[in-house]
Amino acid sequence: MTQPIRVTINGTAHQHSVEPRLLLIHYLRDVAGLTGPHVGCETSICGACTVMVDGKAVKACTMFAVQADGREVLTIEGLASNGVLHPIQEAFWNEHGLQCGYCTPGMIMAVKQLLDRNPNPDEAGIRHAIEGNLCRCTGYQHIVNAVKAAAKSMGA
Amino acid sequence: MISQPFEYSRPGTLAEALELLSGGSTKPLAGGMSLIPMMKLRLAAPEHLIDLSRIPGLDAISEGGGSIRIGALATHYGIESSALIRAKCPLLAETAGRIGDVQVRNSGTIGGSVAHADPSSDYAAALLALDATVHIAGRRGNRSLPYAEFLVDTFTTLLEPGELVEAIEIPAENPSTGSSYQKMVQPASGFAIVGVAARVARIAGKITFARIGITGLGSKAFRAVNVEALLLAGNAAAAAAAAGDGIEANSDLHASSHYRSQMVKVYCARAISTALSRAA
Amino acid sequence: MGTTLTETKTLVGQSVRRKEDPRLITGTATYVDDIQQPGMNYAAVVRSPHAAARIKGVDTKAARELPGVVAVFTGSDVAELGPVPCGASLPGLRVPYHHLLAQDRVYFVGHPVAVVVAHDRYIARDAAERVEVDYETVAAVTDSEKALAPGAPAVHPQWPDNLAFTFEQNGGDFAQAARDADVVVRQRITSQRLIPMALEPRGVVAEWRSGDKALTIYSSSQIPHLMRTLVAQILGIAENRLRVVAPEVGGGFGSKLNVYAEEALMGFVAMKTGKPVKWIESRRENFLATTHGRGHVDYLEIAAKKDGTILGLSLKLIQDLGAYHQLLTPAVPTLSVLMMPGLYRFRNIHATILGVFTNCVPTDAYRGAGRPEATHAIERIVDCLAAELKMDPAEIRFKNFVHNDEFPYLTATGLSYDSGNYAAPLEKALDLVSYSELRNQQAEARAAGRLMGIGIATYGEICAIGPSPATPAGGWESATVKIEPSGKVTVMSGVKVHGQGEETTFSQIVADELGVDMDDIVVLHGDTTLVQYGIGTFGSRATAIGGTALYFAVQDLKAKIKKFGAMMLNSDDVSFVGGRCVCNRSGKSVSLAEVAGASHRALALPPGTDPGLVATKFWEPPNFTFPFGAHIVVTEVDRETGGIKINRYVAVDDCGRIINPMIVAGQIHGGVAQGLGQALFEQAVYDESGQLVTGELTDYAVPKATMMPWIETGHTVTPSPVNPLGVKGVGEAGTIGCSPAVVNSVVDALSPLGVRHIDMPLTPEKIWTLIQGGAA
Repeated sequence: MTQPIRVTINGTAHQHSVEPRLLLIHYLRDVAGLTGPHVGCETSICGACTVMVDGKAVKACTMFAVQADGREVLTIEGLASNGVLHPIQEAFWNEHGLQCGYCTPGMIMAVKQLLDRNPNPDEAGIRHAIEGNLCRCTGYQHIVNAVKAAAKSMGA
Repeated sequence: MISQPFEYSRPGTLAEALELLSGGSTKPLAGGMSLIPMMKLRLAAPEHLIDLSRIPGLDAISEGGGSIRIGALATHYGIESSALIRAKCPLLAETAGRIGDVQVRNSGTIGGSVAHADPSSDYAAALLALDATVHIAGRRGNRSLPYAEFLVDTFTTLLEPGELVEAIEIPAENPSTGSSYQKMVQPASGFAIVGVAARVARIAGKITFARIGITGLGSKAFRAVNVEALLLAGNAAAAAAAAGDGIEANSDLHASSHYRSQMVKVYCARAISTALSRAA
Repeated sequence: MGTTLTETKTLVGQSVRRKEDPRLITGTATYVDDIQQPGMNYAAVVRSPHAAARIKGVDTKAARELPGVVAVFTGSDVAELGPVPCGASLPGLRVPYHHLLAQDRVYFVGHPVAVVVAHDRYIARDAAERVEVDYETVAAVTDSEKALAPGAPAVHPQWPDNLAFTFEQNGGDFAQAARDADVVVRQRITSQRLIPMALEPRGVVAEWRSGDKALTIYSSSQIPHLMRTLVAQILGIAENRLRVVAPEVGGGFGSKLNVYAEEALMGFVAMKTGKPVKWIESRRENFLATTHGRGHVDYLEIAAKKDGTILGLSLKLIQDLGAYHQLLTPAVPTLSVLMMPGLYRFRNIHATILGVFTNCVPTDAYRGAGRPEATHAIERIVDCLAAELKMDPAEIRFKNFVHNDEFPYLTATGLSYDSGNYAAPLEKALDLVSYSELRNQQAEARAAGRLMGIGIATYGEICAIGPSPATPAGGWESATVKIEPSGKVTVMSGVKVHGQGEETTFSQIVADELGVDMDDIVVLHGDTTLVQYGIGTFGSRATAIGGTALYFAVQDLKAKIKKFGAMMLNSDDVSFVGGRCVCNRSGKSVSLAEVAGASHRALALPPGTDPGLVATKFWEPPNFTFPFGAHIVVTEVDRETGGIKINRYVAVDDCGRIINPMIVAGQIHGGVAQGLGQALFEQAVYDESGQLVTGELTDYAVPKATMMPWIETGHTVTPSPVNPLGVKGVGEAGTIGCSPAVVNSVVDALSPLGVRHIDMPLTPEKIWTLIQGGAA
């Protein structure tokens, strides 16, 4: 039994008929074809699936696609504009804020949420803001540096 | 990772929601931060989800008649960042900011949390310390209960089938009262091993008012009336040390009952101390 | 008028930002779960909920009848296929036959019993629940010492003593050393079972083309070529008709240095169904059925003179193997024995390993693979010895280090340490923390009743694994470097980069050597059809061995380039510098692109020279390499809660020559994070009945950003003579140095209370209980 939903993803309107139990993360990845956000757990801890829904960072694995009906979703793929990287992406690149890259799309969305709300966070604020995003590779230090660099380049 | 199949409805009004909830195996869906993980692990399998998120006004935060009214669908982030709540009910704002992580706080709601009644719910400690009232909507009418009565046991409240938490009401805080929420965090889940919410007021150094709410220790959150009494009697040293007495402490992989029953005293002392430092 | 000296700066040594990143930061990389193929089905694995049971029957009828289910396979369907391989061999090793699916018994919770194949992953999940397995449970044992005790349940009925192997190694005469000693300190030290928890769970996509009898397996693997050879054997297909692709791999840490049943199973499913199939494990499956790390109970004895000179070390190592051997399971603890002398010169060692079966998932390599365990043990017992002798822990280490003039140093365990300057990182670290002032601060803190600790660990590590006779499948590495007609460069490396940055560091090397831009170099890896046979990435070997193979291939190319240059410039005296062939007499030059074009157009060829510009090198390392370092950790323990705060973390590491400082720092940070996870937060816990109690991330505490201290990193540089790059390797060093430094620090903090050892993880409750005066 499927239901129609309309979701705007990265500025583009999508229309699909989906099972209510289809998770938003699977909708994005398997139906809408956006494989940037990743699945890393099933207990809503790891944050690799983080996207923005109506400007709020959410874990797409803990939301059904039907809940996103009528909403605007932003994934990592929608962050760069006309081939120009977002300052957060550029900062992660410059500061080596990633290694295997699996947590990175979700991490960057969480960082965007932080800088949307607090343009000049301190180290403690940065760590607190990414508490819902696990990284097993970096030890988070270069990520903290990347966030500071992004904040600076965004005018903090 | 994948829940059982279910039907999904998204009513546009509270009346419509209540009508739908009077049917068979239905479950209301607010933020989903507790329900959806359970469904994914197949620990819960409601046949029909009623999504409350588009009912206008159900998340409203307002002030009136000396109290703050928080709609059930207000998110933890909404509460944490509300200028009104930070000013008039700082304990609740502080507590909301300690729940989960940013993503959870963006979606999770106070109504969902209150209805779910997790024994380590952070709000539970604060709502007990705040003398909160739960406003319940049902098809057969509305009713209100003190939160302390509403909360019965682990995952158990006085909500009847088909009823919804509509709002939480909290008396506006007296500006001279100091409050604090202190939480011992389980490092994997972020849940409270123990959490203590304290509100205190004093006049000329003597404590004249005390409310202590404790979560995570036993099968449900409770108001530590023994601690409050000792504080009012001027015996601050013995007060925190009495926290948890008579409560059978939970035991799990992360904290034995003995350790938990000792930590509740430590965190109680810290909550009282910080609350006092914030009191006039 | 003065002349201006222009200094050419090499890319090697600079923090060049990574070539890998653009695809990763835009979410356009391809991990296994990103692969979609027409007609692709999804598989779900049915796993045993019991640690030990007989299978009386498997009923798949209800599952098969679910609409959308394509097939269900059980043990009998795969009984004739080869076993999941164990690549390690030890004298007398008992190897239980490891079928792809359980046959008549299950041996651990998570043991695969059936595979369900369906049109989508949701139906597959529903169908998996409908497979009915009739189990008859039997007693299980999940603790290695309990498994050794008389009367313990037999994990494998044919071996009731639960011993898979015993191993002994001696050097010198420990018994005599113990007799000569003024003091012998004994301690039981554990390195607990851990879950590697790469962010990307394991996954496989398999595709069978029956016309060509060709199978393609995409897998999140650290060893695509080795996996190809072994899976071809399991399935009984020709190796050259199996293509393995390890696409983007989201972390491995050793847990993907393996060949898993599911990899062969999905190949089987694709062949049987004639359709591509995808299987992605859930996090719970990853915890249950992907290899765990560590699992040591070590009994140590250290014999020393009262002046602190260590005479010898004895180790009894009880290794929790789990229920089966995965690829390297029995070999990992032997690495612990090899490194038991650490950085110290003592010549007398005695080691015994007992490899024990338990009803748990197998242990295997996990960041450090045997060396963190060894270092943890020796650095802990050296601290115990220092405390016994009332010697400063830095002083006792300086006293026992191998001397600088003793390299290459032959250890009591038969290793030849390549190069070292063991005092230097410790001196630097002590200087960075202002050590004597720190001890003064500690005295003041103690006088005020505060529990402040200073922990030192110095580590040696064996990596760049390794000389082929010492490895199960070969330890060389390969590189092919192609210069295309346009002058662009393509590198094919046998390593499997999964976050360590070799696309960048290898490009730095090639850019310097060939004078080309980083952007004109493409580094390919992970596809067995594209890339010549390689061994893979693990054991901190990719740069030391893979980079060296690359270096030598480039040297071969440079020789050929000069031949063409000489021909084109009509000169017998040419140099190749800055990407150009230059005639040293006339100063005339030709570009690399022109040489490349000429070598392909072949209008003329230099004498004895073939067209084209490709070089392949398979490089066999003559030895391992041996990084070393010193970590110092300052902690304060909260008396009331047992909580530990790390106030300072200083790591001074020597990984030989540094190609990219930013990447090296990242490896240290990440390594320390996993060491910290072991020291303070993580443990894979099985209960008595064999259930994995820490079965999800809600119960297994991987460090979050709020749980990590700031890590101050420093370096000394002692090049390795083993390879021309001078590189030792750094991927595992941070983990190795971290856990003993942290535990030494907390033991130091609690030493006024009489505490001399604590086993990991140092949870607040454990510490609090010690402070109350109880045994932890």
